[in-house]
Amino acid sequence: MTTETIIIGLAGVLASAAPVLFAVIGETISERAGVINLSVNGTIILCAMGGFAVAVRTDSLLLGFLMGALIGALVALIVAFSSITLKLSQVAVGYVLVLTTRDLAYFLGNPFMGLPGPRLPGWNLPLLSQIPILGPLFFRQDLMTYLSYLLIFLAWVWIFKTRPGLMLQGIGERPAAAFVRGANVTRMRYFYTVLGGALTGLAGPMYSLSVKAGWKGTISGLDGIGWIALAITIFGGWNPMRAAFGAYLFALLQWLGLVLQPSMPGIPSQVLQVAPFPLMILTLLLVNIGNAEWVERTLASLPEPTRRLIARILRSLRASPPAALGVPFESE
Amino acid sequence: MLKSKRWINFIFQIAALVLALLFTSLILLAVGAPPLQAYKNILAGAFGSWDSFSNVLVAWVPLLLTTAGLLITFAAGLWNIGVEGQIVLGAIGTTWVLRLLQDSSWPPALILILAILAGMIGGALWAALAGVLKTFGGVNEIFGGLGLDFVATAMTLWLIFGPWKRPGIGSMSGTEPFPEHLWLPQITDFRISAWALGLAIVGMVIVYFLLQGTYFGLKLKAVGKNIKAAFLLGVPTWQYLMLSFILCGMFAGTAGAIQVTAVYHRLIPSISSGYGWLALLVAMLINYQAIWAAPVALFYAALNIGSIRLPIVLKLDSSLSGVLQGMLVLFVLLGEGVRQRLLRRS
Repeated sequence: MTTETIIIGLAGVLASAAPVLFAVIGETISERAGVINLSVNGTIILCAMGGFAVAVRTDSLLLGFLMGALIGALVALIVAFSSITLKLSQVAVGYVLVLTTRDLAYFLGNPFMGLPGPRLPGWNLPLLSQIPILGPLFFRQDLMTYLSYLLIFLAWVWIFKTRPGLMLQGIGERPAAAFVRGANVTRMRYFYTVLGGALTGLAGPMYSLSVKAGWKGTISGLDGIGWIALAITIFGGWNPMRAAFGAYLFALLQWLGLVLQPSMPGIPSQVLQVAPFPLMILTLLLVNIGNAEWVERTLASLPEPTRRLIARILRSLRASPPAALGVPFESE
Repeated sequence: MLKSKRWINFIFQIAALVLALLFTSLILLAVGAPPLQAYKNILAGAFGSWDSFSNVLVAWVPLLLTTAGLLITFAAGLWNIGVEGQIVLGAIGTTWVLRLLQDSSWPPALILILAILAGMIGGALWAALAGVLKTFGGVNEIFGGLGLDFVATAMTLWLIFGPWKRPGIGSMSGTEPFPEHLWLPQITDFRISAWALGLAIVGMVIVYFLLQGTYFGLKLKAVGKNIKAAFLLGVPTWQYLMLSFILCGMFAGTAGAIQVTAVYHRLIPSISSGYGWLALLVAMLINYQAIWAAPVALFYAALNIGSIRLPIVLKLDSSLSGVLQGMLVLFVLLGEGVRQRLLRRS
């Protein structure tokens, strides 16, 4: 493989990670506020279909993407209403929505199966795209990929470096304390859940209008991505930077799988397609095992230097969710 | 007072059904399809003839078995999304034993019994894996189970295209069918096997009594309600969690075994037919009450089978049944939320 093909491949990795990033950061924001939106997998599929259908009918990419964001926001609004206002189980409602939005996409998308549709054009950034290596790698992408770089940075600054971001952390960690300090917990949770849903929703048209252009019903290859995004949210420890690392790692491994497949003729392609899932389990295991009680007990019995080393590794991997994640808030 | 409460519950449930039908009708109108015609076709596809009704029963058996299993994990407060993969592993276990013994001179009845047991073990092992990840690895059962679902599907594909491929070339049509004497005997002229029906009904009854009438069920529910309190009261919590996973896996594995021995007579890529996902919906719809599992699972199986006609007769996608099934659960959940909120207000 020449350097050039590797760079093109890696540029492809950045592009294919972009929708995952939108979904992961959308979910991170929502969970930071204390609301799990489990519906991601179905939401992405429905938004991909909806965005594609609108773009085909109106011949407008902009409307297609807006439709994706709108559907994502609406699904998130259902999650928000049922969990914040009605105090229902977020997992239950989210699970129902996963299945329903997916089936809805397949049903409504039937007339649009296999139609030719518009596709987000590439956009080489002037000057920047001429830089050797970095240019072709980062700056010969499309608009949404550039926005995905920006999104990581913006989300990180917002959560960790601004006052409203501090409030956002507060309503997810200790809503009662945030409430005392004057935060309208209910309204803020609604806001961030719907905002997160809209970001997640954008991932849909990013697939159907760019990364995996078109709508092919059940074989669109989108089923499962949402679950990966949810896992990356946990792997990312609810931090946009670490989540971005997770999303890029995931896309890189997927690309490696494709590249290495010809050298493994015994393995059918369907098997490699699910390779991310055992990986997902493994990463979640690494992230969570430090919290397990038996690990602490075993560690305590080890000799000091070994104990300290393992404990440090586990601690650096460990991620703890916002304390009030999934817990309804009572202001009384 | 109690009577009026029941009455209000009933009204909310009817309202949920009406709203779900209304929403689905709007969806149908949106694609320019006549809703009444669609519903009529679903009904005819499910109950129009003895033949179609026997197909509904064929779907009902694995759905009911899986729902029964899920009631055990739900009682322990677990979201066993891995149940879909547990059905698949059941099917794989059964296929493995059938392949191993199909050329032996052992009596077919014995081979079938061993095969179904292998299915139960396969499902139980896969569930135990999700359980170990949960109890010892701290991996939430939703993600652990989900990952294992996808791995199970990949395993099926690998087996069908690899070690178990048909003579010549492997294909999506599955492994080589088993000889007819290794099928679960069917009722004459129907696709349904009385043995499969029997297993499902017995399984459901067992779960009902396990949860309602035993000390084990009571402790399991205690773990589900408040795991810390149950631990302090002396319930061995992780053992109970593991056991509920394993029991559920056995039920799901049986469903997979039946898919192989009584329905497809071979291993196919989509052997679980999505019954795991659907069973989770059924369990939620019945609010985890075992007594309602059989009728509601029958209704959902009927929707699945009835909707197969939609693409043929009306050129509509059969995923409509999924929309209706999901919307029904969503509206029941929302209705319950609204009712609770009204109660809190008053």
